Formats: sequence, structure tokens, C-alpha cells
Amino acid sequence: MDIRSQVSMVFHLDKCLGCHTCSIACKNIWTDRKGAEYMWWNNVETKPGTGYPGKWEDQKIFKGGWIREDGKLKLRAAGKKKGLFNLFHNPNMPVIDDYYEPWTYKYLDLIQAPAADDQITARPISLITGKPMDIKSGPNWDDDLSGTPDYARNDPNLENVSPAEREAMFQLERMAFYYLPRMCNHCLNPACVASCPSGAIYKRGEDGVVLINQEVCRAWRMCVSACPYKKVYFNWNTGKSEKCILCYPRLESDQAPACMHSCVGRIRYLGVVLYDADKIHEAASSDENELVNNHLDCLLDPHDPQVIAAAKANGIADTTIAAAQKSPTYRFVKEWGLALPLHAEFRTLPMLFYVPPLLPVMASLAKVNHDERGENLNPVAKHWSDNWLYDTSTEELWGTIDQARFPLKYMANLFSAGDEGRIADALKKLMAVRIYRRFKTVGDVTEEKADAALADTGLTAEMAEAIYFMTSLPQMKDRIVIPPAHREHAIEMLENTGDAKGSIGFGTLNSPQRGN
Amino acid sequence: MLNNFLFVALPYAALSVFLVGTIFKYRSLKFQYSSLSSQFLEGNRLFWGVIPFHWGILVVFLGHLTAFLVPRGILAWNSRPLRLLILEMTGLAFALCVLVGLVLLLYRRLTNERLKVVTNRMDQVIEWLLLVQVVLGCWIAVGYRWGSSWFASDLSPYLWSIFRLDPQTTAVSAMPLVVKLHIIAAFLIVLVFPFTRLVHFLVAPFHYTWRPYQRVIWHWDRRTVRRPESSWNQHPPRNN
Repeated sequence: MDIRSQVSMVFHLDKCLGCHTCSIACKNIWTDRKGAEYMWWNNVETKPGTGYPGKWEDQKIFKGGWIREDGKLKLRAAGKKKGLFNLFHNPNMPVIDDYYEPWTYKYLDLIQAPAADDQITARPISLITGKPMDIKSGPNWDDDLSGTPDYARNDPNLENVSPAEREAMFQLERMAFYYLPRMCNHCLNPACVASCPSGAIYKRGEDGVVLINQEVCRAWRMCVSACPYKKVYFNWNTGKSEKCILCYPRLESDQAPACMHSCVGRIRYLGVVLYDADKIHEAASSDENELVNNHLDCLLDPHDPQVIAAAKANGIADTTIAAAQKSPTYRFVKEWGLALPLHAEFRTLPMLFYVPPLLPVMASLAKVNHDERGENLNPVAKHWSDNWLYDTSTEELWGTIDQARFPLKYMANLFSAGDEGRIADALKKLMAVRIYRRFKTVGDVTEEKADAALADTGLTAEMAEAIYFMTSLPQMKDRIVIPPAHREHAIEMLENTGDAKGSIGFGTLNSPQRGN
Repeated sequence: MLNNFLFVALPYAALSVFLVGTIFKYRSLKFQYSSLSSQFLEGNRLFWGVIPFHWGILVVFLGHLTAFLVPRGILAWNSRPLRLLILEMTGLAFALCVLVGLVLLLYRRLTNERLKVVTNRMDQVIEWLLLVQVVLGCWIAVGYRWGSSWFASDLSPYLWSIFRLDPQTTAVSAMPLVVKLHIIAAFLIVLVFPFTRLVHFLVAPFHYTWRPYQRVIWHWDRRTVRRPESSWNQHPPRNN
């Protein structure tokens, strides 16, 4: 057993309102620079939809992640042989047009243009060439455009969804969508690290943050295509790859990462989990239907005395173990079984987990006769004559999940490597908590029904209360539990304070200037 | 006098600048060590230029290196006309690959609006210099046969004499003008090397083949850092 600690996240998708505040907070701090304008280390996608860069989930295009071939784990299109052979030209690399060409507007024209007959406009100017351009796509170009032929119908996750189900998903009146905030997953088996020929990308041992050493990156570009989530970006100005750093300077000073701190829906949870590094390879190379199970098996119970003893022997600080015991991530993922990894089939063992959204699945459509009501309305008033009603009642316990408007298969393609049962379990748990709380507060649900719902999903009343609290009422300190970074140790390892006395501190740094 | 300047002073100046420049850059301006790939801004036309250029120049460079390191081996190989012909044809074929690739790359770089933004003066200098060098090389291969033999017998000793700090310019000064220009251009490339993107050649990622795929870095030894008897003396400071 080789126990390590990892800062790991949970996103509660039911709570995401799609406001993009996380993306803006991240952009303002990290990627508002030349060469990085197009990068969104954190972005929010509308699902069903194609996302950013377009169709990133379709590994036939950019060929990222790992595959299992003859029982062996291999990078799909990178690795020692293919990577070095394709060093000069990476055939799977996305180019700037797969994201979008960044632009600004020539605002000065608005005040400096000479008087004329036409309305003055500010023309879009490319942030790359500095010349006027036609905008073809931009950040969140597919925002809220689910149901449109260009975006939702090209969603790679529709692969196993039957044509009839697809049609049902995209009927305008019945259409549902939800938001999927994405950032670097800081994987346990990162494909970007494995694909980097220079060895510039590494996982920080102390907290599992995956970083790129900018001084070692040589622009071989393999990480950009190898990351199946397309969360490594190439800075065309500096000639270096960049990615989410989980705001490690903030983490080290006990502040939440900017995206989590700014999250309006408070959907983001961060906590440390203890995991067994010896199990990583086995978990990543397991059968498709065992992937999620084996991945979650890597995470260890921080209350188990054996685990604590092994963690201490491995040099994990007591404060980190204490933080792991309070970790919201551990509770969501392991104790409650609510959160699942995104696209486990990419085999990178992502350490960002999602609570699948209940909302689009919870409601069902019931047949009613709208025409009766229509007769009472003013003739001018718009009324639906399609005889369907959006129904969120709880007459039956799980009927709405079984006849979900949103095929479970689709959700399973995203969050459980195709296993619909797992998605149904998580959704039933979410619903059981709602039924239980409805019994508690509204009272129109009987205690027997609430108990039956909880028993059916394997929850207890205490767990339901805890889930309710962690979902609805948590304070910042409950949602974000950051283990102390022990920078005092780190600094002592770097610097002999006696040597540094009288000097200018930690040495001089060169500004990151593009090479010739 | 001119010969001394071109074939003694220039090589030593070029090699000194190369050594000092690349080492200084690696130690102090490491951020600037990059291949500065432009594939992200333009990927399709790059393919047709970059693939023939790189594979071509690799083979041509290794050919020159072999003739420099083991001239006797090359001469022995060339003792049969068929083998000589195979070697010369291979060399020329790859040199033409370099030429085609380089022309396509230069054309691409000069005509694409996006690439103009990431093209600086040294990029142009080195591309033109390489182009001149490759044209001269092809000219020599066609016009002054059989280069692999006379390089091994005449020029290899000259290059060795430079590294032995005992430069002998007799053989070089008797060479035709084209060959002289080829040598001068070669040392000019060595001279400007540290100031161009060519430095990525020095950091070719061969170590990728033997390192494990995953890489985890601890900022301190996690097993000893909490042990009271181990002081920071066991972890010597990395800067200052």
C-alpha cells in the first residue's frame, strides 16, 4: 500500500446555473495574456452539445486518453513509439480553429471615426493577427443552444442512444439540457504526463496537482492531443503548453481556487482524499464495466486506523489526514455514492467527480387535455395544444426515473462508462433525499413513503440529512476543505535561511520571454 | 589571410559562441529552449514542409557526422562503385527532401498572416541560411562528385585538425568555391545557433524512451521531512 493524498473536487450539477462566473474568475487571474486568450482552463458547456473544443469527447478525432490493447494499457495515439515518431507533426493535434480565433473590437473607431451617413461600428479585430476578421465561433458559442442541429445533435455521447430516444430528446417542447462545468481533472493516471516527451508535466506528490514546468516544456505538443478532456492548451506566443494549476498559489495559502471561490451556485466542493497509488495501474487497465468501481476503490477510508497508520508511515502530515476526514469529496464519492467521474472510459482516473443532474430526469410528461383549458383563454392568448404536461409530482417512487425524459443511456455515457444502473442509483439517492425532506418540511409525503425511498437506495435518515445539509446549506469551510500546505517545510527545503540573509530573497526570475 | 580568417578564426569563433551561448541559455534562459512549433496556428501546410525537412536533415546531418567521425568506414564502404552510388543517391534524395521541405516551410511562413506574428528576424535569418546551405550542398552533390569520398579523405582531417587545436587549411584552401561557401555557411549556422529556435535540436527528448510514463515530484522527501533528527542539511538548498 502506497498511500498518497490528492486534492480532489466534486461538482454538483443540479446546482449549476450556467453563469460562467467560474470561467471569468479563472480567465481574469490566469489566461488574460497574449497567446492565452483562447484558453479557458475552466469552461462551462451546455449538454447535450459539442463543447469546447468542438467534439472533444469524440476520441476518433483528437485521439486522446488511454486504451487497453491485449490487456495492456496504452496511450491511444501518443506514447514512446508513436509520440517520438510524430514529433515533427502531431497528426491529432487540434488547431486554433477547433477552439476559436480570439478577438477584440476596434473601439477607438467609435469615437474617432469622421462624421458620415452610416452608423459607426466597432469592427472585430483578431487578437492573433491584429487584422479585421469575421467571427466564426467564440467562447460558449453553443451556450444554451441544446436542441440545435449543429450542437446537441452532434454530441458524441449520443452514440448508443437510439434514434427514437434522440428524437424524443430534441422535440422543442420536451427538450432538456443542463450545464457541465469542466476543468483539469488532475487525474491519477494522467495521459498528458505520460505523453510528454520532455518530462515537463508532472504530478505534485503532496497534493496531486498536475503541473507543466514551463522551463522544461519544448513545445512537442503531445499533451494537447493526449489529454482526452482537451484541458492542456498550447500558448502560440510563448511556445509552451499550459493548463489549469488548480490555483496552487491560492491553495498553498489556504484560499479556495478562484473558480470554486467565485462559484455562484456553490456547486463546487474541494477536499483531500487518500488513495492507494499501487492500485492505479490495475484500476486504469480494468474492464470497461469495472472501471468506475476500481477507480473508486483506489480511494481509501480516512477513518480506517490501518489507512491512517500507513498514511503516516508514508509521510502524510497529520493535518492532511485530518483534512481528509472532513473532506466533502470523500463523502460525496465514497460515503454517499453520489458523485461519478466524467468519462471513466478514457482511463485517466480523473479526480474531479460530478453529481449527475436530477433535474432533467426528474420530471416526466403526462398526457392531459389542454384544449379544455384553451377554451377558457382569450383567443389571442398562446396556449399549447400538444396535450402534454411537464409533471414533477411524486405519485410513484421511481417511475419518473425509469421513464426519464432524458435517456439514462446518455447520462451513463458521460458519467459511468455506459453503466445505466449506476446513474439510476445516484439519481434515486438524490430523489430519496428530496422525498425525505419533503416529508420533513412539507408533510404531503407519508413517513412510510419517505422511509421506503431511503431504504430502497440504501440511505439512512442521518445520511439524508447530511446530504441535504451539504447540498443546500454548507458554508465555505464545509464545501472547501484545504489541507495545510506546510510551506514552512517547503521553504526550508529550498532555502538555507542563513544563506539567503542579506540577499534579494529567492533569487531572480526571468520574465517568460519567447525564444528565438 | 582570408583563408585563415574564414577557416580558422570563424570556426573557433563559431564553436566558442555555440558552446557559451547554448550553455548560458540553458542555465539562465531555459524558458527560451523550445521548438516554438507553429502547428497550432497552421497544421495542414506544415505537414508537407516539416516532414520532408526534418527526416531529410536528420539523415543528411547523420551522413556528414558519420563521414566526420569514421572517414575510413565511409571510404571502405565506397570502395565498390555500386555502394558509392547507393550512398550518394540516398544522400542527394534526402538533401532534395530538405530543399523541398524548406522551400514549402519558408513559403508558408511568409504567406500566412497568423505565422507572420510568430516569425521574428532570427527565424528568417536561420531559414534563409539553411536554404543557402542546402542549395550549396545539392550543387556540390551534383557538380563535384563523389563528395562522400573526398569529404572523408580531405575535409574530415581538416575538421579534426580544428578540434585538435592545430588547424590545417591546406586541403580546404584548394577546394572549389562552392565547397568553401558550404563550409563557411556551416560555421555561420553554428555561430547563430544559440540565438535561433534550432536549440530545440539539443534537447531532443531521447530520455522519453527510458523514463517511466508517469512522473510524480515531491518537493521534499516526505518520509524524512517529519523526522526530527533529520535536518535540512540532508536536503541541500537548490538556489543561492
